[in-house]
Amino acid sequence: MTLLGNLALWVAFLLGAWGALTGFLGGARGRADLIASSRHAAYALCATLLVAVVCLEVALFRHDFNVEYVAAYTSRNLPTFYTWSALYAGQKGSLLFWATVLSLFGALAQAFTAPRHRVYLPYVGAITSLVVMFFLSVMVFSSITHANPFERLAYTPVDGRGLNPQLQNPGMVFHPPMLYLGYISITIPFAFAMSALLSKRLDADWLVAIRKWTLLSWLFLSIGICLGMWWAYVELGWGGYWAWDPVENASFLPWLTMTAFLHSVMIQEKRGMLKKWNLGLIIGSWLLSIFGTFITRSGVIASVHSFTQSNVGYFFGGFLLLAGITSFSIYARRLPLLEADSQLESMVSREASFLFNNLLLVGIAFTVLFGTLLPILTELFSGTKITVKAPWFNTVNIPLGLLLLLFTGIGPLIAWRRSSLPNLKRQFAAPAAAGMLTILALLASGMRDLYPILAIGLAAFVCTTIAQEFWRGVSARHRQYGEAWLLAFGRLFARNRRRYGGYVVHLGILILFIAFAGYAFKTETEATLRPGESASIKSPYGWTYTFTHLGISQYNALNRQVTAATVEVSRNGKRVGLLTTEKRQHVDAEGNPTFQPSTEVGIKSDAREDLYVVLAGVVNGTEQAVYRFTINPLVWWVWYGGMIVALGGLIVMWPGGGSITVRRAQAGYAVKLVAEAKGTE
Amino acid sequence: MYAHGHWSASNQWLYNGRMNAGMKFTLGAVLIVGSVGYLMASGVKQTGQYFLTPSELSHKLAADPTFYDVGMRVGARVVPGSVSRDVPRQTISFRVTDGSATYPVVYRGIAPDTFNDSVEVVVEGRLQHDGVIHATDVLAKCGSRYESVPKA
Repeated sequence: MTLLGNLALWVAFLLGAWGALTGFLGGARGRADLIASSRHAAYALCATLLVAVVCLEVALFRHDFNVEYVAAYTSRNLPTFYTWSALYAGQKGSLLFWATVLSLFGALAQAFTAPRHRVYLPYVGAITSLVVMFFLSVMVFSSITHANPFERLAYTPVDGRGLNPQLQNPGMVFHPPMLYLGYISITIPFAFAMSALLSKRLDADWLVAIRKWTLLSWLFLSIGICLGMWWAYVELGWGGYWAWDPVENASFLPWLTMTAFLHSVMIQEKRGMLKKWNLGLIIGSWLLSIFGTFITRSGVIASVHSFTQSNVGYFFGGFLLLAGITSFSIYARRLPLLEADSQLESMVSREASFLFNNLLLVGIAFTVLFGTLLPILTELFSGTKITVKAPWFNTVNIPLGLLLLLFTGIGPLIAWRRSSLPNLKRQFAAPAAAGMLTILALLASGMRDLYPILAIGLAAFVCTTIAQEFWRGVSARHRQYGEAWLLAFGRLFARNRRRYGGYVVHLGILILFIAFAGYAFKTETEATLRPGESASIKSPYGWTYTFTHLGISQYNALNRQVTAATVEVSRNGKRVGLLTTEKRQHVDAEGNPTFQPSTEVGIKSDAREDLYVVLAGVVNGTEQAVYRFTINPLVWWVWYGGMIVALGGLIVMWPGGGSITVRRAQAGYAVKLVAEAKGTE
Repeated sequence: MYAHGHWSASNQWLYNGRMNAGMKFTLGAVLIVGSVGYLMASGVKQTGQYFLTPSELSHKLAADPTFYDVGMRVGARVVPGSVSRDVPRQTISFRVTDGSATYPVVYRGIAPDTFNDSVEVVVEGRLQHDGVIHATDVLAKCGSRYESVPKA
């Protein structure tokens, strides 16, 4: 199987070279035969890489431990579910996964791009092939990189080392591929942007061609980030979901710039402004996605979770540098073609509020990048590394985030060009009142923390703007067409997915903000308890929770020895249930311990707060246990807010339908085509 | 990117005494960027921490004998066999080294799952006059979250 796999990698490498060559030549000369050949190369590339993936999966499932990768990440007693996901659990496999998925996206772009956007395809195919080739080169030149997943060992181990227990979690099965899908799919809009630059076809058309692609990668990134937070929360046991770790930041950066792009692109569509900015954002997002993979693989920045250091980092660093210089020099040469069609007319306009939204999103991205790179920068300039952690990121980004939340409410409702006073009153009187009332209510209830109060007040403001929009839309349909309320609500989405789906995304975002505000009220305590003893903790809602240690049990499960400790939880003296937390020692097929012990957190979750119990250790030979008890308010809403964001993204992306204006434009285009066809006859 | 538009706009502003939208936006943008810059710089001063290896720390101490009680993070390897755990008091003491300098560490709290002797750690805390790093946090760097620690 490894022979076939290796062969597939080399064939794919050559196919990539052919696809790039024919794509560039075909695009530049306009030769149909070369263009067709580059398209076929894209399909063949995808098929070949799928063969390679199948080879690796077969080796994994056959427990062919002579293959180094199989021995390093699986074992005989690993559950099937995780054997399958071992494909992308290690560095080498994830490189193959990257290349394959990118080639798949490249093939999809060739197959499904609308006829009027096909002019961009030759260059798109060429650029995609080049990027795939880069990933393939990391694998096939394995004498330098040691990154070929099909490498064999000189001997055959009896059993593999097994998968890190922290990865044996459903969240971890879906989190990396989702993030990868997000990172990878940015390449397609980037390729379209470069194609538009190279071919000088810089009207708004290329934007339309990539709208779905940018949304798709934004959606994958969003889901991937949320799953990562969930995994960190349930698996790592430190009681939080976001630590501003370099690897987390690396996934957040392209998300921020993509979000900025998804907003500013509307300004270009409507008003012909921000052309340079939008191209810059797409190129920047793509570079940040490569930067993200670079960070996780190179070890340049100390992170708790990154791949082991290896030469692969240099490959990525070099590629990043080369790609950055090339794409920005092409960009710079086309700048004269990117002049704006119109100018900003008023500060009180949708254009201006979208500009501020972009400034804030990119500003946040810049601060996160700066904070992540600070150890490198300070070492470069002063010789000593200085690092910043969560407190720094929070100080800088909370005010920016709150301002952004304010613009989330203003942007979609304020008029284009110039907003009049009556317009402002009509749109914002009720939401502003709702926001103020919420803040007053919070103050009256005794809350005195500035940021949470502002977050919840602003969320109420934004929520009211959204509710108002839905109410107006639904009641207008009800009046005009006599539709029943529920039907009108459904039709609203169907008729203008982009707008109302966007509101749903905003709704999810403001729920996330409220949930983040809840994190400020986290309380925790640590205690060493004998059976029957208990510890108490006061929740932010004023209840007293009592945790009584019931005892410890030890047993063996499929691939692990479990030490479980159980506490009885009561609220204000009333029993609410049991919580169990475990220490797991994973073992191989012969019962020898593998990896360090891992912790299973006991979580009891509801809409108000999470009870989060961690077994830190057991005093040797006794039933005395060391616990950490945490009360995390509103965490539940992080997951539901994330789901609503994803749902909104799906509504926006859903194929077909579209807004009436778009369909009219398409109809107009068809009429034009027919007229042109008649003219040539 | 707006520079061109702005300069012509600012001339106009001088003539008729009114700011146009582009000018106002620039002003707002400068305000935001300025305050973000201030937040970033003051934040680094307040919460920035040195990231040192044990030998860098001993060099720092040699150069500046008052370099105690300063917030720092020390990246090093745990000396095998030096870990002693006091479970009831939730205290762990161990030594960290980078081969040339070694410091003792005391940490009261729950160590991460991945912590054992011979693992790479980042110790966050302050070196006190007793010569011991009093840690407020210990991060164990597992080779990666994807790859197990190579067996030494």
